[in-house]
Amino acid sequence: MIDIDVVSLARLQFAATALYHFLFVPLTLGLSVILGIMESVYFITKRPIWRDMTKFWGVLFGINFAMGVATGLTMEFQFGTNWAYYSHYVGDIFGAPLAIEGLMAFFLEATFVGIFFFGWDRLSRGAHLFVTWMVALGSNLSALWILIANGWMQHPVGARFNFESMRMEVSSFYDVLFNPTAQAKFVHTISAGYVTGSMFVLAISAFFLLSGRNRDFAKRSITIAAAFGLCSSLSVVVLGDESGYTAAESQKMKLAAIEGMWDTEPAPAGFNVVAITDQQNHKNLFEAKVPWLLGLIATRSASESVPGINDLVAKNAQNIRDGMKAYTALQILRKDGTNVEAKEILKQYEYGLGYALLLTKYTQDIPAATDDMITKAAWDTVPDVVPLFWTFRLMVALGFFFIGLFAFAFWMVVQKRVETSRRFLLVALFSLPLPWISSELGWFVAEYGRQPWCIDGILPTRLGASSLTTGDMWLSLGGFLILYSTLLVVELYLMVRTIRKGPEDYFGHHPAPVLSSAN
Amino acid sequence: MLDFETLRLIWWFLLGFLLAGFAIFDGFDFGVGALLPWIARTDSERRVVINTIGPVWEGNQTWIILGAGAIFAAFPPLYGASFSGFYLALIGLLFSMILRPGGFKYRSKLQSTTWRTIWDHLLFVGGAVPPLLFGVAVGNVLEGVPFHFDEWQRLFYDGTFFGLLNPFAILCGLVSVSMLVSHGAVYLVNKTEGVIQARAKRIASLGPLVTIALFVLAGFWVAFGVQGYVVAAGGAWNGPSNPFTKTVTVHTGAWLANYGTYPWMILAPMLGLAGAVLTTRLVGSPKPILAFVSSGASIFGIVSTAGVSMFPFLMPSSNNPNQSLTAFDASSSHYTLMIMLVSTIIFMPIIIIYTSWVYKMMRGTVSSKYIDDNSHSVY
Ligand code: HDD
Ligand code: HEM
Ligand code: HEM
Repeated sequence: MIDIDVVSLARLQFAATALYHFLFVPLTLGLSVILGIMESVYFITKRPIWRDMTKFWGVLFGINFAMGVATGLTMEFQFGTNWAYYSHYVGDIFGAPLAIEGLMAFFLEATFVGIFFFGWDRLSRGAHLFVTWMVALGSNLSALWILIANGWMQHPVGARFNFESMRMEVSSFYDVLFNPTAQAKFVHTISAGYVTGSMFVLAISAFFLLSGRNRDFAKRSITIAAAFGLCSSLSVVVLGDESGYTAAESQKMKLAAIEGMWDTEPAPAGFNVVAITDQQNHKNLFEAKVPWLLGLIATRSASESVPGINDLVAKNAQNIRDGMKAYTALQILRKDGTNVEAKEILKQYEYGLGYALLLTKYTQDIPAATDDMITKAAWDTVPDVVPLFWTFRLMVALGFFFIGLFAFAFWMVVQKRVETSRRFLLVALFSLPLPWISSELGWFVAEYGRQPWCIDGILPTRLGASSLTTGDMWLSLGGFLILYSTLLVVELYLMVRTIRKGPEDYFGHHPAPVLSSAN
Repeated sequence: MLDFETLRLIWWFLLGFLLAGFAIFDGFDFGVGALLPWIARTDSERRVVINTIGPVWEGNQTWIILGAGAIFAAFPPLYGASFSGFYLALIGLLFSMILRPGGFKYRSKLQSTTWRTIWDHLLFVGGAVPPLLFGVAVGNVLEGVPFHFDEWQRLFYDGTFFGLLNPFAILCGLVSVSMLVSHGAVYLVNKTEGVIQARAKRIASLGPLVTIALFVLAGFWVAFGVQGYVVAAGGAWNGPSNPFTKTVTVHTGAWLANYGTYPWMILAPMLGLAGAVLTTRLVGSPKPILAFVSSGASIFGIVSTAGVSMFPFLMPSSNNPNQSLTAFDASSSHYTLMIMLVSTIIFMPIIIIYTSWVYKMMRGTVSSKYIDDNSHSVY
């Protein structure tokens, strides 16, 4: 059987490369739309400063985009290289959105992004504007499809187990597409991207204003960033709540862990603002609750209870027992595919099959698992509470901070006072890394909270991995870390350098509302 | 509705088209990258060369992304088996390809010569290593890959990384490098002027001949030295995707059997050879674009030769031939294949339309003057 260390290394590698990828993704998502907005203003007003703005922010966009592509490439291959069994087991469902992403989104953004940079002199204003919006559309569509894929892992709908091919197969593509989890993730994640893009423009413009450079350029940029950022930060919070709601529907265990909620909360459930948890003994040593809040968030009602970890574990133990029946039937079917009785049993208890696979950690002979093993496996379905509890709260806190910051920025813009408050500009500048932190935390919550499942309730993570050696894994993991870190340093250096030199260096003059360059 | 067998056959064809599309489009990028340090000596020359592919390499690279995605969606067991089986080779491929975006985007952002020279060499690695590794992988697939499945269809790869580097596989790697380097040179003939174009012309009129020689050598090797696989019994072509239901026999030269069964398949190697010969003729003509077309056709022929020789095999197993993966027992379900087919029919034409538009907008050659005039905005 497979060596557990390989699984940990594969997880580590996936997490590291995905989190790296997501350093660049949100900025691409947000900045591409902001570029579209700026160029639209240029198209309408014909004022060259808006073209210069599009070009200069475009340069920074390009530096970031290159890394998005470099790290995305790894992701596309990694399911096959490191999660071969996973690819076999759910590829029938999971592969489709990934391939459609290529067809519909990557081709679009990648084809048009080249001409975005090279086409300024070759295209009419209208054609170039079209190109810019196509890049933005492509990026956003790519987020849609990958999140449909990821949403399916969190909440696998529209699929059935086929014993003849020993894997999951699509039963309803419609359900996979319109998976509520995927929809909630999509809107939350692209809003997070828009917040990131807005913060980037806001912070760097604040930097220019603080050093008294490029004032026309920076003030206009801030106007866009403040308006767009306010809408997106509102949307990220409202739709984050939607993510919580869908998690409560589909991933009760994750929600309970995020909440540090051991026992079922009678309706209306209270929300733990802070708590000291004790995973060993399945209880909290201390908690400070806001009454009602969780019930409202998670169930949108005041009358439904929210199940706690202890109850969910009991339910999962029952799932495991049912799954053992399905597993036994499957073994019969593998010898005799026509056995009607076994088919019936498999159909009836199919939902438990994945749970029975959790037992592989303790025994190879699943039908003979002891009660003790079942209890242990049921407790394995509880993710680590402490890290989830705190990372989630930090993300939420940052979400509210962004609303405050952008609302204030917007107000300053409306009052035409952005330049007057050094303190505001400093806060804006130093908030620059925060959206990235929130996004990484968000993925941590979503993915770590999914453990021990690769596909929730269907495929345990430890079974999904390829049978590689730890030597192979160390080599690849080490290589990625070195390569990515070097590239990240290079990328940041170029970013900072380009920003320091500013638009005045790039265009050879300060972009001003009327005067402009030919280039 | 299409039946399962037809649908699988269509996807086998589509897979071939996608991989050929990848070899043709990403291929000239690789070729140009591999040629960069040799064909262009001064910084200005190098910038010319890089900027010939500057606007299009990202779009071209999408072919490999789509190729991987399509294998995943249409032949999931193949995706898992080949990518995890050739693990270190794949990781090497990724590492070399990861260098390219930086090479294009970051190289000319600083003036420093050291900086630029480093990136030039990284671009060389990113251009030369992928074709080599792809060729080596194809060679290994032709020879059969040492893997087996357990009863849960979990794959175990029983070979080693260095086992991949055997003489036949390296020969296939060289075919691939030679083919794509020539293709890149043909592209440069079309997109440059003066001294770079002259150098590119020399390579483009010699390279295809080297490719032919290596390709023919590999052909003889396949006929007399490589074990081919034949489905002897079982394997319902309409049945569930389960690679356990057939019996496979192995004997030397079996890969040529298909040319007897389906004589039209001989068109593939013919196209490979004829296209290459024609390329050497056409590079000097007033319309070098025709050389580019025939070079693309030659690549299409050579890539398809590997595909049709193995039909219906996708990845034969040398350890347990009965568990080899074929187009008919390693596919997705009927439903998924259908959805993917519909998506391809809808989106492929759209992709072709806007890609052609971009190439049309960026037509013409790249000169040092163009680079100097646009020093800020080009690579
Ligand atoms: C929510 C958005 C999102 C998420 C969760 C992911 N990506 Fe991504 N990806 C993008 C959003 C994105 C993007 C915005 O479209 C990128 C980032 C920067 C860029 O260049 O395009 C991109 C680039 C990118 C590329 C290069 C595309 C190109 O050449 O244009 C590939 C192959 C992938 N991604 C693949 C993946 C895979 C397999 C993922 C899952 C494990 C993944 N991405 C997660
Ligand atoms: C770029 C955004 C993403 C980030 C930051 C992210 C983050 C993570 C993290 C932190 C882990 C490790 C969890 C752990 O092992 O404890 C992980 C695992 C994993 N994620 Fe994601 N993820 C992202 C996108 C996706 C998407 C879009 C998919 C699927 C389409 C996906 C599929 C997986 C798989 C297969 C694993 C490995 C199995 C596992 O450990 O659960 N991830 N990811
Ligand atoms: C009040 C504020 C917020 C709430 C209530 C909230 C809620 C959530 C929840 C419940 C998840 C997990 C979804 C799952 O497990 O599948 C999540 C994930 C995530 N969050 Fe937030 N969030 C908030 C703010 C933010 C902010 C400000 C950002 C970034 C700017 C952000 C970025 C993300 C990302 C990238 C993910 C992972 C993708 C996903 O699962 O949707 N969130 N959020």
